[in-house]
Amino acid sequence: MELAKSPLNLIIAGVGGQGNVLASELLATAATEAGYRAVVGETFGVSQRGGAVMSHVRVFTGDAVGPLVPRGQADIVVGFEPLEALRVLLDYGHPGARALVNRRPSYPLAVLHGEAPYPPPESLAAAIREITSETRDFPATDLAEQAGNYLAQNLVMLGALAGTGWIAIPVGTFRSVIAAGFAGEARDLNQRAFALGLAAATGEGYSLR
Amino acid sequence: MSAHGVGLDRPGQLVLLSGNEAIARGALEAGVAYAASYPGSPSAEVLGTLAHWAKRFNLYAEWSTNEKVALEGAAAASFAGLRAIMVTKPDGLNVAFDFLTSLSYSGTRGGLVIVVADDPAGHSSTKEEDSRGLFKLAEVPVLEPSDFQEAKEMTRWAFALSEELGLPVGIRSVTRLSHARGNVTLGPLTGPGGRPRPAFRPTDRYITLPPAHAVLHRRLAAAARAADQNEFNRYRGPEGAALLVVTAGPGFRYAQEAVRLLGVERWVGVVKLGMSWPLPEEFLIGHLRRAREVLFLEEVDPFLEEGIRGLVAQRAAELKPLRFYGKRSGEVSGPLGPGVGELNVDVAIAALARVTGVAYRPRPQSYGEEARRLAGELPERDVAFCAGCPHRASFWALKAALELDGRRGVILGDIGCYSLGAMRTGHYALRTLHAMGSGVGLASGLGKLSRFGFDQPLVAVVGDSTFYHATFAALLNARYNGARFLLVVLDNGTTAMTGHQPHPGTGRDALGEAAEVTSVEAVAAALGIPVQVCDPYDVPLTTETVFELLQEGGIKILILRRACALLAPRMMARPRARVLPERCLGDRCGCNRFCSRAYGCPGIYWDAPAGTARVDQAVCAGCGVCADLCPGRAIVVEAPENLAPEVLEEVRQWSLPRALST
Repeated sequence: MELAKSPLNLIIAGVGGQGNVLASELLATAATEAGYRAVVGETFGVSQRGGAVMSHVRVFTGDAVGPLVPRGQADIVVGFEPLEALRVLLDYGHPGARALVNRRPSYPLAVLHGEAPYPPPESLAAAIREITSETRDFPATDLAEQAGNYLAQNLVMLGALAGTGWIAIPVGTFRSVIAAGFAGEARDLNQRAFALGLAAATGEGYSLR
Repeated sequence: MSAHGVGLDRPGQLVLLSGNEAIARGALEAGVAYAASYPGSPSAEVLGTLAHWAKRFNLYAEWSTNEKVALEGAAAASFAGLRAIMVTKPDGLNVAFDFLTSLSYSGTRGGLVIVVADDPAGHSSTKEEDSRGLFKLAEVPVLEPSDFQEAKEMTRWAFALSEELGLPVGIRSVTRLSHARGNVTLGPLTGPGGRPRPAFRPTDRYITLPPAHAVLHRRLAAAARAADQNEFNRYRGPEGAALLVVTAGPGFRYAQEAVRLLGVERWVGVVKLGMSWPLPEEFLIGHLRRAREVLFLEEVDPFLEEGIRGLVAQRAAELKPLRFYGKRSGEVSGPLGPGVGELNVDVAIAALARVTGVAYRPRPQSYGEEARRLAGELPERDVAFCAGCPHRASFWALKAALELDGRRGVILGDIGCYSLGAMRTGHYALRTLHAMGSGVGLASGLGKLSRFGFDQPLVAVVGDSTFYHATFAALLNARYNGARFLLVVLDNGTTAMTGHQPHPGTGRDALGEAAEVTSVEAVAAALGIPVQVCDPYDVPLTTETVFELLQEGGIKILILRRACALLAPRMMARPRARVLPERCLGDRCGCNRFCSRAYGCPGIYWDAPAGTARVDQAVCAGCGVCADLCPGRAIVVEAPENLAPEVLEEVRQWSLPRALST
């Protein structure tokens, strides 16, 4: 398998607490195991508390690159939340960018407080399609619940990403990284969530069977 | 997860490590024996990782009660001949600074490395202090790793350099290294066998007195030679480039990418320094000799810029006239101005484009216009307390009590998750926010002003970890000098903001072993200050308690005790809140959507089509505070179904940190 380009720039966009850090680490580990180099830039700490968070993941061969994707250079945006997916695309996307989006909104404080409306879901989806060459969306939070825990939507999205084939990393590499990275119940849950996301992306149905 | 890679005994293996893990690995490869830190973002994972491997590699690792004690402990190990590391964020180096400025005079013996992780842009900090200035002021050499591999190699070298110089050596990391991840090729690990037996030798003396300053300067001359002769000074570019980009740290990669994206490889060279102070003067002069223009790319302060401009003035006779671009001249600037915010690849590209005059257009100018029109205004996403965070309830109760009191009471705060008390999510409760424990010191000042007619009640808030770190002296001062205020300890049983590290109240040490518990109550008793405990989830009782304490006056401590909601049993085994549709009258209620709009918990939102509030089960923690506050009593909290009685009991009790409940 070969990278479509190097560096291949990917950004995981979401809200603090959605598991960006884990997803980006799993992805970068899988990229490394697949024989590429990877670098991840992100922020955590107090910035994770309910605020917008981004993880930049750059997969490359040859000379090292820095941890941040330059603006206008993100090739793939994985949105754990639709509003954040659009926000990141507007800053970092380009006409050839592709997006993978969890449909479930998470309402910002300003929306809860009634100071600003949350954009209608269909407008968000249309806006995302407008600025990408390809967009796929998934009910990742619902699939995570089906897998056993809402929190596992990050693994659902990782499974979906693996299923798109947008990054030349074999599905088996993702599977072995997940198997090696967790133990016990967490491993079972994460494997189930990954499988559901993968099935959703490859069109093989959402069922656990 | 990747903590796994840190301890692998497979030299040559390529692994993925964060900058902090790479630093920890470098320390292990150097045979570090003693590690100490107080948790601070973005530095916290260095000690966390070392503690994780402490038993296996026979090293000592501790979470100290503050950074001064941490540095003193590490220096002590160095005096006894061991290799030691101290880890902090710049705020903590400030705390340890008095000792550090003494330590450079007295010198050290075993390699002593001080790792400071700066947080340009303050991603998880209240300020973006540049620690290089502190190292220079303390006269301690400082290195700046540019990537993950260098973070490991430099750490290993720093121990040897410290021993060679007889001085501590600083490593300045930044968020984009510490909290970023990248590939590292592992080196050989030093086994626990080869360490010296620690001892004070008969001739060892570490005395800080003025004559030691001359000794320090001799050591710094050796440091300056080391600055010139190390593998971390690098140059990428054509021979005799007319424009030199001078950089250190992650700026190296940003600079290289900017050069590549602008296509100016043929006439722009990148000079990367390993040591930022003292400067590698000969290495720099060698490259500056053939240059005409210099662009400085560095994080936060124009530190290299000012140092190198001074160097150029001093060595002007050897150089052609040079033109400088940087923060002083304004070419290097983020959206908030030069010297403010982090250096990133976009700032680097913009600066290089400005200086070279090369246009940079990564995408069509019209990109996103139609999307913006389709989506309309995108609401900003402020940081918020987590669903079920006890701090949200605590600040609500404090504000309610001050309203009831009616004397325009003031809440004084400091650093931690509860700093968000200064923001919307904390109902804008905090009126001051400074250093660790400063709310208490400020209260001890304001609390003595009644003689001049100051009559507003005072509430200082601190977290439990901060209570142990930075409040004892202020409390003692308050009691000794007769200040009056209420100290509220927001006790969530952990150091939450930095990743749930233990502290002296938790009964656990850095390795997770049982440790002596010093409770807040015991400290209060020793100081002779009356203390009470309340559950912040019980907002009515907390409000009433605070109100009564404010009427009593004097100095009092109230502990608001509830475990961090992130530590509660996850999701499946927790109470479930639910809005009863038949009771929630929506906009007919007159509550003005109290639960979402006023209380602002992300676990509950307004379902516009249904005209009712709704609990988001993917977010709600089941704390039940909204159920207590709902004027229509429309929210119920139900115990999780199908749970064994003992699990149910655990769920009911989860708020009580085990060590504190006894």
